[in-house]
Amino acid sequence: MRRFVVVAVPYLWLLALFLIPFVIVLKISLSDPAIAIPPYAPTLDLSEGWQGLKDFFAGLDFENFAFLTTDDLYWKAYLSSLRIAFVATLFTLLVGFPIAYGMARAEERWRPMLLMLVILPFWTSFLIRVYSWMGILSSEGYLNQVLLALGVVAEPLTILNTNAAVYVGIVYTYLPFMILPIYATLEKLDMSLLEAAEDLGCSRLSAFWLVTIPLSVPGIVAGCFLVFIPTIGEFVIPSLLGGSETLMIGKVLWEEFFSNRDWPVASAVAVILLLILIVPIILFQRNEQKQREAEG
Amino acid sequence: MSPQTVFAPWDDPHEKPLIQFRNVTKRFGDFTAVDNIELDIFEREFFALLGPSGCGKTTLMRMLAGFETPTEGTILLDGKDIAPIPPNRRATNMMFQSYALFPHLTVRDNIAFGLKRERRPKPEIDARVDEMLRLVQLQKFATRKPHQISGGQRQRVALARCLAKAPKLLLLDEPLGALDKKLREETQFELMDIQEKTGTTFVIVTHDQEEAMTVASRVAVMDHGKLVQVATPDVIYELPSSTYVADFIGDVNILEGRITGQDDDRVEIAWAEDQPSIHAKARVALAPGSTAYFAIRPEKIAISATRPETAPNAVTGKVLDIAYLGNISTYHVELPGGQVIKAQSTNTDRMAAREFTWDDTVWLGWSDAAGVVLER
Ligand SMILES: Nc1ncnc2c1ncn2[C@@H]1O[C@H](COP(=O)(O)OP(=O)(O)OP(=O)(O)O)[C@@H](O)[C@H]1O
Ligand SMILES: [Mg+2]
Repeated sequence: MRRFVVVAVPYLWLLALFLIPFVIVLKISLSDPAIAIPPYAPTLDLSEGWQGLKDFFAGLDFENFAFLTTDDLYWKAYLSSLRIAFVATLFTLLVGFPIAYGMARAEERWRPMLLMLVILPFWTSFLIRVYSWMGILSSEGYLNQVLLALGVVAEPLTILNTNAAVYVGIVYTYLPFMILPIYATLEKLDMSLLEAAEDLGCSRLSAFWLVTIPLSVPGIVAGCFLVFIPTIGEFVIPSLLGGSETLMIGKVLWEEFFSNRDWPVASAVAVILLLILIVPIILFQRNEQKQREAEG
Repeated sequence: MSPQTVFAPWDDPHEKPLIQFRNVTKRFGDFTAVDNIELDIFEREFFALLGPSGCGKTTLMRMLAGFETPTEGTILLDGKDIAPIPPNRRATNMMFQSYALFPHLTVRDNIAFGLKRERRPKPEIDARVDEMLRLVQLQKFATRKPHQISGGQRQRVALARCLAKAPKLLLLDEPLGALDKKLREETQFELMDIQEKTGTTFVIVTHDQEEAMTVASRVAVMDHGKLVQVATPDVIYELPSSTYVADFIGDVNILEGRITGQDDDRVEIAWAEDQPSIHAKARVALAPGSTAYFAIRPEKIAISATRPETAPNAVTGKVLDIAYLGNISTYHVELPGGQVIKAQSTNTDRMAAREFTWDDTVWLGWSDAAGVVLER
């Protein structure tokens, strides 16, 4: 009985919070747009009995998915999202690894405070933090003021409303997701392994490459997925910091829902996005499991 | 043994030591882990460090390997100060007490790690690794990762890894502790064999005094960061310099008393009110009236049913306890004054034929050269 509960609870959880909403979205994606509330048809009318059910299923089709292939906006947006997410993940790794490394090498009594500093920004509103980046990056923003005052640039740089600003926003926002798993693996790293490597003839640098890096791979992989997966569907950052060149599927989705009020097409976009996301999510789970096995 | 074949470079004033500790002190904060050590270790030695947990053995090794720098004093290797040489340039390899195996590499790659850093040709590396695997009997486990083998096997991998490079100086921090007796003895033998063949100098930490006795050319006994005695195993055992050393190595009876008479190298020690004074030979001059300790090993005390006629020292008491150890039995004999003396006898007959049993009255006797007289 206990076994059953232990197994059943996560499945019920998944059913309530993922599967049911997914089925609803999937259903909408198979419907046709309509001027009604809600803005699609058909809707299931059980009072008609068997005939109603039959009519309902007859009204569903894959038109919206077919439509996504006719306009190259959609596949370009998916591709562009993947690319931006990939590049942003790389940047986050480049910034995050040294920070995590520094934290793990810091004296033990400093570590809790350093961890706090990483987590602290999360306690203020995400929107406010993204808005404040607008204040920093705009052409009259603080960054340009400083650069102009120092004479580094003669003209203000255009950063806001470009992809560069989007990268800055993503790196800033998702940095803790990169730092924390890497920090966790580095902190566990047995320092005597590095000593052993040096004892056997490694320089500090090659000990880092041959021991530290391979042993922090699980953390690096986990961090990359934790950044990559949510970034693909990111909407707020590209719409606030990005410009017309910034093409991301999250933005497209939002516009379909709220500007065009075409819920069926928007749902179809969401379903495809989900299918794309399943691949990295499965890879992520595999990585976690492998790590647990290696430790266990 | 003729004097020519005795390996004793420490007695030869012309011999140059391989390692010299000159007033070496190591402090962690205000805690002194190694306290003003003066020590010479010679080439081809098998030098054992013995001492209770936390006395500074690992710290001493880590200074040799280059992971700690002395707070004071210098360490010379081949006459040169090693302080500026980083660990990866030192001709030493260390086996860590925690093994420090690389968890992401197989047994084979762990052993090959040091060889690969030297960029030796691959066939040579492979041959050497195979040789090491054979030595530690781990051929079957070559492709496993460290977490897939047992503790004793891990210890052997660590040993093989530091032996692989055949360094000039090998530092082994409790290399055989996790092995069973048979494998330990085999490996001890192998180590001695390697040393014969390669002339490597070994510094080895051990908790096992029997091991130190078997393999070591000299033994250093440490206490609280200080060297208490450095000598050959037989000297450490037969002529300990203090009760601390005597007590640390092997089983011993320590009787505290006062010097009451001295005649040449013979002393008399009064040690208990209703017991005769102990007659013993002393190696140091002790003033009458001063406190002295008489240390005697249980196997040097003969046990008999009647008063031994010839022994200069004889006491009588009741058998309190018998510890049967297979080849020998240790008798705990309680004297009338409550003191307990341990005496050992070899079991030449089988159990049933044992001479004494609990509560028997027995006599203990020993010669005047059987024990040592110590000042502290
Ligand atoms: N990095 C360090 N910082 C502070 N104290 C240390 C450090 N390393 C060792 N010590 C202290 O120095 C003393 C000697 O340690 P060491 O590791 O040399 O002992 P050991 O003789 O090897 O003991 P064991 O037999 O238990 O391995 C111990 O009291 C230990 O707590
Ligand atoms: Mg130690």
